Amino acid sequence: MGGFKDEVSIVLGGAAGQGIQTVEEILTHALKRSGYHVYANKEYMSRVRGGINTTEIRASSKPVRAFVKRIDILVPFKQGVLTWVKDRLSESTVVLGERENVEEDFLEKVNLVEVPLTKMALETGSQLYLNTTAAGLIIGLFHGDFEAIEEYIRKRFESKGENVVKKNIEAAKKGYELGVKLCEEGTIAVDVQRDEKAAGDVLLTGTEAVGIGALAGGMNFLSFYPMSPSTGVSTFAAQKAEEFEVVVEQVEDEISAINMALGAWYAGARAMVSTSGGGFALMSEALSLAGMAENPVVIHLAQRPGPATGLPTRTMQGDLNLVLYAGHGDFPRIILAPGSLEEAFYLTAEAFNLADRYQVPVIILTDQYFVDTYYNLPAPDVKKVKFERHIVEAKPGYRRYELTENGISPRAVPGYGEEVVIANGNEHDEWGDITEDAELTIKMQEKRAVKKLETIKRNAPLPKLIGKENAEYLVVSWGSTFQVVDEALEKLGSEKIAHIHFSWVYPLNSETKRFFGGKKVIAVENNVTGQFADLLWKELGVKADHRVLKYDGRPFSVEEVLDALKGVVE
Amino acid sequence: MNVQLPTGRELFEPKRPGSEDIAWCPGCGNFGIRNILISSLAELGLKPSQVAIISGIGQAAKMPHYINVNGYHTLHGRAIPIATGVKAANPELTVIAEGGDGDMYAEGGNHLLHAIRRNPDITVLIHDNQVYGLTKGQASPTTMKGMKTPTQPWGVFEEPFNPVALAVALDASFVARTFMGHFRESVEIIKRAIQHKGLAIVDILHPCVSFNKVNTYAWYREHTYWMEDGPLDREAAFRRALESDPLPLGVFYINEKPTFEEQVPAYWNDKRPLWQREPKLNLVERFFEETKG
Repeated sequence: MGGFKDEVSIVLGGAAGQGIQTVEEILTHALKRSGYHVYANKEYMSRVRGGINTTEIRASSKPVRAFVKRIDILVPFKQGVLTWVKDRLSESTVVLGERENVEEDFLEKVNLVEVPLTKMALETGSQLYLNTTAAGLIIGLFHGDFEAIEEYIRKRFESKGENVVKKNIEAAKKGYELGVKLCEEGTIAVDVQRDEKAAGDVLLTGTEAVGIGALAGGMNFLSFYPMSPSTGVSTFAAQKAEEFEVVVEQVEDEISAINMALGAWYAGARAMVSTSGGGFALMSEALSLAGMAENPVVIHLAQRPGPATGLPTRTMQGDLNLVLYAGHGDFPRIILAPGSLEEAFYLTAEAFNLADRYQVPVIILTDQYFVDTYYNLPAPDVKKVKFERHIVEAKPGYRRYELTENGISPRAVPGYGEEVVIANGNEHDEWGDITEDAELTIKMQEKRAVKKLETIKRNAPLPKLIGKENAEYLVVSWGSTFQVVDEALEKLGSEKIAHIHFSWVYPLNSETKRFFGGKKVIAVENNVTGQFADLLWKELGVKADHRVLKYDGRPFSVEEVLDALKGVVE
Repeated sequence: MNVQLPTGRELFEPKRPGSEDIAWCPGCGNFGIRNILISSLAELGLKPSQVAIISGIGQAAKMPHYINVNGYHTLHGRAIPIATGVKAANPELTVIAEGGDGDMYAEGGNHLLHAIRRNPDITVLIHDNQVYGLTKGQASPTTMKGMKTPTQPWGVFEEPFNPVALAVALDASFVARTFMGHFRESVEIIKRAIQHKGLAIVDILHPCVSFNKVNTYAWYREHTYWMEDGPLDREAAFRRALESDPLPLGVFYINEKPTFEEQVPAYWNDKRPLWQREPKLNLVERFFEETKG
């Protein structure tokens, strides 16, 4: 009936609380262990029970790292799922599941392969085993390694007792056997080659990549107030706090969170806050203090659509302008936006060195799509993470805001050395005491907003160019859209287009301009106005000839980017 | 003034350029508080580099410039979370959060509530002159009802904030009130507050000679009395805290309990301040190994 070669896109849909996430976890881990390249991403509603949430899992013989619109196999766990994803269904989509979960209107139109998942779960002992039965079924379609499922189930359910583990394995086995049977009968044909390399890869989410990157960068303090979709990073840090000896504290509000982090940095910690747009808005006063007091701080901001509460659980690259301009007065800041999980790891680690070196706020911009994305990747090379410490001893005569050529004053911390350290949010002299002196004010303004900014710019890494330097078109992406543009361009296979990706978003090295000479520029952004395209114009005088924008709260799919680029080029 | 000043005070006198230029009005109560604080630090035998004063914004919050210890003059209302961060990053430091009644009770009110719950081992000194000084005479949360100001020309009609009752109600670890006109008693209270393990709140009454014509030196002397029986149990302390005329002075309440820094896993096995630590890259390697499975 349905045949899929080299790659399959599987979508699971159900109500919040139905356990879709468990299926996603078992599937991605077991498929990866079996030697398939996997990618997964979820979209969910802002509710705890009910509604419809879906997860897409791509399993492939080659690495896959981006969202596709196409659904090859759909597993609905309740009525309404097909309607919710109707734009993503095609003639070749196979719906795998129970007839009662398919709306009347669709029965005639879709390829339904009926599998009695509920009945099978009940046979095992309870409706509760529905998820593991479904996971087993899908792995069975791949003839995946059953031991991989078994192992993962053991790990996942260990704390719930041997009986729960045994029952879940039994449920998965029933599903697995049915999956194998469906293939053998020729009902569904899945022909995806395994790749040994995938089995030895790590499987990470964006949240984990940021979290472990922070720990690799020496984060030893994290204060936060919960806010979707950023909370995962704080949860990760809390789970690791004992092992890594980190101060993790949930505080009364985001104002407190960032001020605590500033205090911690002032005393020599490596502190981070994790938040989303609304929380960051509350932090802007303290951001300004960080600018004036030259107090380092690392901020992770997982974007979601605004304004205000917007769409709490969905995605948007809409807060670039917020982080660019937040805070009263002029002061430098660094904005990073990883495009891959590897970059999330290395850049988050490096953010702590940058904050320490330049004594500025360093903001890591991700978004809901990025933090909730999973895929397999070779384990990042931990040896590449360099730990820099820029703390000096406060010797007699120490001046916290000593005027220097590059705008960076030696930073001492209280308690290291005999001299005291005075930091100040008021305009100050070199010692840190309040000043109203006009000449000194000029010097201090220029120290921060000109000299230091120039130093950062000069040392800013250049963006990554993929494709030919003399291509006619240049597609610009930043942050989370890297992988989707990359795959779309690979599919397009045109030498006319090159791709330039910015994971170092601000401030831009002035050398960056040379990539754009004589090219038609296409900006791809997950927001309504093209905020980065505007920044390119402002910073480099580079004009985007085309803007490919998506702002429905959903991530770009490979197909959408491909169609848009075709539209521009052809 | 005939008071015995301790030795070692000199250490806390700043000698940076311009240190002699103090921005307080002649006769301001803040001079007295500075004097009390310097004596307290000296009598405790602390070194300037071991102490950090984190202040908010306002006349009181200028203290870091007038005392030779580590200092961070921060934002209006934010001294407490910043001081909490400082202490959590380096528990070896003696950390003081300092500011006025507007700073700590209005703009920073929410932080005060939650700091009491969190119980970091810091001392919160509130210069309470019942009026806004630096912004020139508007009512503060502790201004008495009926007082006329440029922005409350019909007289303040809000109930005044009762910081002592609030702190006792929230089961704060150490709660005291003093009047800076009583030098020796104030030094003893501040020394006890600094030595107390846990969050110590000291509401320090002082006159504003420029903008508060009601609560003068003479007024405070007439409308306060020293308790002879503090610290009290929680109920008695709360009852005492409700007395408004005369205002009781002294230590109302002490509740010894674990501090924030004692409870965070960062210090369970390693007592070093955070600035001395390095990333645990071996554990990062191990995380990736585990993630392969």
